[in-house]
Amino acid sequence: MDALIPFTTSGSLVDLVDKKVLVVLRDGRKLIGVFRSYDQFANFLLEQCIERIHFKFEYADKDIGVLLVRGENVVALGEIDLIAEDMVPLQQVSWSQVEEKINEDNKRRERDHTIKDKVLGSMGFVNDGREGDAY
Amino acid sequence: MNIKIQDSTHSTRYIDIYITQRTFDASQLFIMLIFSFFKTLTDQVITVELKNDLSITGTLKSVDQFLNIRLDGISVEDPERHPHMLAVKNCFIRGSVVRYVRMAARSVDTTLLEDATRREAKEAKK
Repeated sequence: MDALIPFTTSGSLVDLVDKKVLVVLRDGRKLIGVFRSYDQFANFLLEQCIERIHFKFEYADKDIGVLLVRGENVVALGEIDLIAEDMVPLQQVSWSQVEEKINEDNKRRERDHTIKDKVLGSMGFVNDGREGDAY
Repeated sequence: MNIKIQDSTHSTRYIDIYITQRTFDASQLFIMLIFSFFKTLTDQVITVELKNDLSITGTLKSVDQFLNIRLDGISVEDPERHPHMLAVKNCFIRGSVVRYVRMAARSVDTTLLEDATRREAKEAKK
């Protein structure tokens, strides 16, 4: 029976309970919190949850509190190695700073896409795929 | 599975409903085949490519019926694009977001898999 336990969702996640985890959602959001509960659909309950945004090697956090994540939105759940976390070359800055940089970058990307679409369109190609809509 | 029935002449018959049940679950069988295949890959190093283009390499620790994958000792292709994964050493990936699983060719016995698939298809047809 022991050999069967790892081959279920509950069997594989039980050792992550009460650990600090990172949850990546389908919309690209990253949540960090204490993993408290879960079920077979990969619904997760996170306590002391924060949302983290990154731009290159800068990041910012926002407090959320207790969060129940519906499984269909989950991409991955990772256990954060507390020792590795201290060695990571990331720098915390204010939320508005990171947000501004991300917005700028998105604008630039959108502009590039518009130009690319025009060029491809003029040659008879349709390019309506955008990054992040793969699901 | 054998079931015992009594007909109008009060003679006892046994019928075998095993095959009927399996035909009913035919689609389930193919899922089971891939699931069993993934189970044979445990403790091997695989690369999982997600639909958001993130590729994670690690040792396969477990897999479940939804093909959710648990990886240990992970590393990410292109960590500059995914800085949040730097402090993560093991992770659980939801089966529904997986695009590809890459593995060493030597860890796959294609002949065995082919045979198993044919056998399942044959049983499903019965």
